[in-house]
Amino acid sequence: MLSDTKGPKGLSRRDLLKRATAAGTTFVVGTGFMAASNAAWAVETVALKPETMATLVQMARDIYPHDTVGDEYYAVAVKGYDTAEAAEGIEAGVAALDAAAKGKGYDSYLSMGWERDRVDLLRAMEDSAFFQQIRGGLVTGLYNQKAVWPIFGYEGASFEFGGYIDRGFNDINWL
Amino acid sequence: MTAPFDLTDDSVVVIIGTGAGGGVLANELAQKGVSVVSLEAGARHYPSDFINDEWDSFGQLAWLDPRTTSGDWRVAKDFSGLPAWIVKSVGGTTQHWAGASLRFQDHEWKTATTYGNVQGASLLDWPIDAVEMDPWYTKAEDKLQVTRTGDRPGLPGNNNYLVFEKGAKALGYEQVHTGRMAIASKDDSDRTMCQQTGFCFQGCKWGAKWSAGYHDIEEGEATGNLEVRSECHAARILHDDSGKVTGVEYFDNDGNLQMQKARIVCVAGNSFESPRILLNSASSMFPDGLANSSGQVGRNYMRHMTGSVYGVFDQPVKMWRGTTMAGIIQDESRHDPSRGFVGGYELETLSLGLPFMAAFLDPGAWGREFTTALDSYENMAGMWIVGEDMPQETNRVTLNHDVKDQWGLPVVNVHFDDHPNDIAMRNHAYQQGQAVYEAVGATRTFPTPPYPSTHNLGTNRMSELAQDGVVNKWGQTHDIENLFVSDGSQFTTGAAENPTLTIVALAIRQADHIAREMSAGNL
Repeated sequence: MLSDTKGPKGLSRRDLLKRATAAGTTFVVGTGFMAASNAAWAVETVALKPETMATLVQMARDIYPHDTVGDEYYAVAVKGYDTAEAAEGIEAGVAALDAAAKGKGYDSYLSMGWERDRVDLLRAMEDSAFFQQIRGGLVTGLYNQKAVWPIFGYEGASFEFGGYIDRGFNDINWL
Repeated sequence: MTAPFDLTDDSVVVIIGTGAGGGVLANELAQKGVSVVSLEAGARHYPSDFINDEWDSFGQLAWLDPRTTSGDWRVAKDFSGLPAWIVKSVGGTTQHWAGASLRFQDHEWKTATTYGNVQGASLLDWPIDAVEMDPWYTKAEDKLQVTRTGDRPGLPGNNNYLVFEKGAKALGYEQVHTGRMAIASKDDSDRTMCQQTGFCFQGCKWGAKWSAGYHDIEEGEATGNLEVRSECHAARILHDDSGKVTGVEYFDNDGNLQMQKARIVCVAGNSFESPRILLNSASSMFPDGLANSSGQVGRNYMRHMTGSVYGVFDQPVKMWRGTTMAGIIQDESRHDPSRGFVGGYELETLSLGLPFMAAFLDPGAWGREFTTALDSYENMAGMWIVGEDMPQETNRVTLNHDVKDQWGLPVVNVHFDDHPNDIAMRNHAYQQGQAVYEAVGATRTFPTPPYPSTHNLGTNRMSELAQDGVVNKWGQTHDIENLFVSDGSQFTTGAAENPTLTIVALAIRQADHIAREMSAGNL
C-alpha cells in the first residue's frame, strides 16, 4: 500500500519526519508505518513490525541492487509478506538476520553501513529457506512491476500501439 | 459446425491433443471425410485473448500441472517442478512456439550410420529418410506459409537481428538470414502480416503466426467431421481381449469421467503426456503399459542441446522489438566431428522481456554481478542455441506414483543427464555465440543455461524393429495396430532443427496413411 506524501490518519509530513528513526534510507515512523527519508512515499504495515519491513526493503535492495530504482519499488515487492499468515516466518527470518549482524558486532542488519558487509552476511545464509523465499519472491515481485520497466528501458506491451512495424523495430543506428 | 459424436460411436478416430501433431492430424483426417473426436486438456484461446505480458501469459497458457524432475541438468535444480515450458490450450504449444520451421538435414535421418558408435548414446536411424519426407515437408511449409519457402519472402530483420547478422558476418558465417518462419511476411496471404510486435511466445495477437489452435482446428471443424472437446483430460486408453484399443477414458470439463469409444486412437500429448497415458493405461494384458513390449515407452527423452547467449553493448539495441526469433546462423549445423562433437547446432535470435530475463538469465543468481546485467537490459542482444542432443536410454519419463495430479493420476518424473557430446557442443556454441557479439563490440556476454524445455522429443521413438522403439514408420505402435503416436515423442533422434515443421509433416503423412488404411479396411 503506497500512499503519497501525506501519511495516514492525518499525520502531517512534518510529524512524520520528526518521529522518524533512521533505518538506512528509510524511516520507521511510529507504529505500523514507515516512510522514505524524503517522505516521497510511505507504506503502512499491518502484520509486520515497521522495523521488519524496513529490514526487508534493505535486504531486497541488497539482493537485487539497482541504484536507479527507488526504495518504493522494493517496498512494493516485499509488501506481500505483511500478512497474518506470513508474518511469523518473516519476523523469525529477520530476527535471525539481525542476530547474524550482532554476531559481527553490529546492532542490527540495518545498522551495517556498507553494502558489502550486508551482502557477506546474506551470502552466508543464501541456502536458507528464508533467504530463498525473499529472493525468489523478488524475481516477480520486483521485475514484474510495470512501473519499474521504464527504468530499465523496457517498453512492455506493444500490440495496442500497432507493434513496432512503424515504431522502430529496426531503428538501430550505431552498427 | 462442430460435429457432435456420441460417446458410444465406435467409428471415430480419437486424437488426444490438438497441437502441432494432433491438431494437424485432426484437420487432415477431417478434410478426408474421417470422423474425429479430439480431446484437449486445455481451453480455447484465440488471438484476441492473448496477453502481451510474460507472466500473465504464462499463467494463461502454460501447462502447470505438477511434474517432477531428476538428473544432472540444471533445470532440475532451478525449476524442479517445471521441466517444460509448453502449453495447455487448444492448439497446444503451437500457440507459444516462435515459428522457426526448418527441415532436417539429410544425414540427420540416419545418425547411427553417420555418427557411428557414440558411447552412452542410443543412436538409431529413422526408418524414413529425406527423400521420403520431401513432399510432406513441402505440404507442411505450404500449410504453415513458411517464409523463404515457395514464393514467400523472408521477414525483415529487427534490431536484435541486425546486431546478430553483423557479428555473424564479421566471423565469416555465410548462412545467415531472418529464418524460415511460419509467420506471414506479406499482406496478400489470408493472414495479417507480421507487425513486429514481439511477444511471439505469448501467442500472436495478430494471428500472423501459424497455430494449430486457430488454423487447423477451425478448418477441421468447418468440415463438420471434427469435434473438439476442450478442457477434457485424457486419463486412460482402453482395450479389448484381442489387444486392440477400444476407446479413451477422460475427465470432462465438469470433472466427470467419460469414455469415448474409438476405431483408432492417436496419442499426441507431447513427450511427457503421451508416454504418461500409455503407462497409465497398464492392464493385466499389458502390465508395463500400452505399446511397451520393448520397454522403450518413456525412454530416450531428448530436449535439444540448448542455451542462450546475451551480449551487452555500449548503446541501445531494444531486442524485444519485432519478431522474437527471425534470425538464424546455420553454418554450425553441419556434422563436423573436428569440432569435438557429433551433430550440429543452429544459432537463432531470441529476446526475453525484462520479467523473464530476470527469471532466466542466470536462475538463482543475485547481487551486483547479476543486477548490473539487467541494468543494461536496453543495450542487450540475445540468441538461442538449438542443437542435436544424444538420445540416452536412461533419459527417461516415468510415472511418479508419489505425486498425483488434480485427477488423482500419477504425474511424470522427467530424468535427464547431459551426454558429454551435449556438453561439448554447448561449450562450442557458447564460444561462438559470444564471439558473434564480441565482433560487434559487446562489452560483456552471458552464456546462459537452458530454460525449461520447449522441444520435448523421443519417449515413444520410431524404429524399424519392434524391439528398438515404440512406433513404426507411420507412427503406428508396433504392438497395437489401431494405436498411433502423432507428436514429437515419435522422434528417433532430434536433429539440430526446431522440431515443429517435422512434427507437422509427419502428421500430414500419417493422416494420409490412416485414411488410406481405413478405406482399404485394414484399420
